[in-house]
Amino acid sequence: MPFAITYIAYALATTLYLVFFFSQNSRVRTMARRLLLVAGLLHCGTILGRYLAMGHTPLTTHHDTVSFFAWSCTWAFLSFRWRYRIKNFGTFVAVLIQLLLTVALLSSQEIRVLPPALQSVWLPIHAAVAIGANGFLALGFCGGLMYLIQDRALKRKKFGLFYQRLPSLEGLDQLNTHCLSIGFPLLTLGIVTGSIWAKQAWGAYWQWDPKETWSLITWLLYAALLHQRLAIGWSGKRSAILTVIGFSAVLFTLWGVNFLLTGVHSYVR
Amino acid sequence: MSVEQIVVLGVNHKTAPVAVREKLTFPDIEVPLSQLAATPNCREFCFLSTCNRVEVIFTTAAVDKGAKEVRALLFGASEISDSEAKEYTYLHQGEAAIRHLFRVGASLDSMVVGEPQILGQLKEAYRQATARKCTGVILNKLIHKAFSTAKRVRSETNIGSSAVSISYAAVQLARKIFGRLKGKKVLLAGAGEMAELAAEHLLTQGCTEVIVANRTLERGVKLAKSFGGKAVPLSDLEEQLAMVDIMVSSTGAPDLILTKSQVKPIMKRRRSRPLFFIDIAVPRDLDPEINELDNVYLYDVDDLSQVVEMNKNERQQEATRAERIVAEECAKLLAWLDNMALTPTISALRRKAEEIRLAEVQRSVGRMDLSESEKKSINKMTSAIINKLLHHPLLYLKEEECNPEERQRKLAEMRRVFGLDEG
Repeated sequence: MPFAITYIAYALATTLYLVFFFSQNSRVRTMARRLLLVAGLLHCGTILGRYLAMGHTPLTTHHDTVSFFAWSCTWAFLSFRWRYRIKNFGTFVAVLIQLLLTVALLSSQEIRVLPPALQSVWLPIHAAVAIGANGFLALGFCGGLMYLIQDRALKRKKFGLFYQRLPSLEGLDQLNTHCLSIGFPLLTLGIVTGSIWAKQAWGAYWQWDPKETWSLITWLLYAALLHQRLAIGWSGKRSAILTVIGFSAVLFTLWGVNFLLTGVHSYVR
Repeated sequence: MSVEQIVVLGVNHKTAPVAVREKLTFPDIEVPLSQLAATPNCREFCFLSTCNRVEVIFTTAAVDKGAKEVRALLFGASEISDSEAKEYTYLHQGEAAIRHLFRVGASLDSMVVGEPQILGQLKEAYRQATARKCTGVILNKLIHKAFSTAKRVRSETNIGSSAVSISYAAVQLARKIFGRLKGKKVLLAGAGEMAELAAEHLLTQGCTEVIVANRTLERGVKLAKSFGGKAVPLSDLEEQLAMVDIMVSSTGAPDLILTKSQVKPIMKRRRSRPLFFIDIAVPRDLDPEINELDNVYLYDVDDLSQVVEMNKNERQQEATRAERIVAEECAKLLAWLDNMALTPTISALRRKAEEIRLAEVQRSVGRMDLSESEKKSINKMTSAIINKLLHHPLLYLKEEECNPEERQRKLAEMRRVFGLDEG
């Protein structure tokens, strides 16, 4: 399945979600949901195609990493929707997915085969778990953003477009907990598997390579948030802000490190 | 029967001032219904009386005479003359009458557009009328259609969903903060009417407990009892704020009763759980700066009025969509009324019989090897069966001596027996 077709399917779904957001026509929403599911399935095909073309897990180029990131957002969202519903959450997630896919579309799709030294069973495990974690953390980011918008509307008593369409603060706060309780364990697992792979490939569990350092910073941010929520009972605005900051760290780990700093992870471009 | 025989006559808040409306009170609906039954020119009728309107929906062969009789009945208890009464009443006939009734049922003609009581009142009026056999085929169909139109308007538009009173606006905001209000606790400081109303709304929306804090404990205890909650002295305010989720304040205090510096430590004790303050008092009870604290939302009367204004605008937009639904349903009913005439019923009956005959003949003849003349005689024979079978039903329908109401009943009966309105 060529990437372009998947991209177009997502673009249509996102457009429908936006139309729904403004019109609030429930028929449009049903169509948007179905189309997103179709796009998600096409995306599975695209990734499988890359796997067959490369001969190993397609997570070693920048294009594939970002594409997989978008894929994990989609399926994290679809798995959530299956369990519970958050009003107009889909629109925010769809826009984020579309942005990620646009980045993937613009980066080189040239196939680069990994040096044999790095071809290990830990590659798919480490990369898939780490990026899977990013999917859930991205959803948390969308929820946090919605929380901050709604909080602002309620505080300033400006009841515009968003106030009507966004769900209750408490609902969004629960969403935050959910995303964190799935995303954080996956993130932890991603770092652990990464260090096992590092030991195998380079002989050391941890070598303070920038990517590793930034993963650790991200992990610490989310660990702090989780601790505050569980131990001190933090909720509301501060959690939402920290969720947004945490996700910025995720994005910096993904991009900032690759483009601004160099290290052993730098083959992923 | 012609559509023009359907009439609605009445007074409402738009056509008559309250000084006139208050003279038209009918505490016992039995009285106007039996009076209407005695008027010579009302065939079917239904009598609707609410605080903002009194109207009679009826069918009549002589509209002018019937209207005059109904007016005399409505204004009978007052000294208002018929010519003056004419000024205060509206008279809708035919399609306009149908549309009027649908709009009333869908709460588009109400003082507060979208308020839900009117449908219940119309249902009750209809129940009373049917219990005394005042309605017939036409009004039964018409009023049932008014019910289903109202239901469609409720489910397809948001006309009833937005809050147009201060107390309800408070509930709407609470839901934006807490989602479901189930299990939430309310603290009522002071005892004003509006605050009580807000507390009542919050309770019906799922809040589990109301705590009343009042300057005089005695009054507080009384109020708390009516909500099934407990009363505390006003000095306990800060203690209670650590526990509740919503505070409605309406004390008559001349100064602020709560300041930002008092709420700040409370939020720590609450572990930052959101707290919603509603300040209905004038002068205000709560320091406006409280709103600056994280996870605290403070709304005073002006803020709530702003929500009410916004909702009114939205309701107006929804009303436009509702009018479209009313127009659609109106057209459907008019089509039904057209069919209720004698000629269309007879031709529909013949057409249905002919369709059945042809289908059956074709099925049988197709399997048999018959000559042209044999086919012809089979056609002849089946046609004869149909005609003989329909002969008496048609005579029954056409009977000259039956009155118009009897004819309507017969038409409806025939259409039902032969399933002419199905599919």
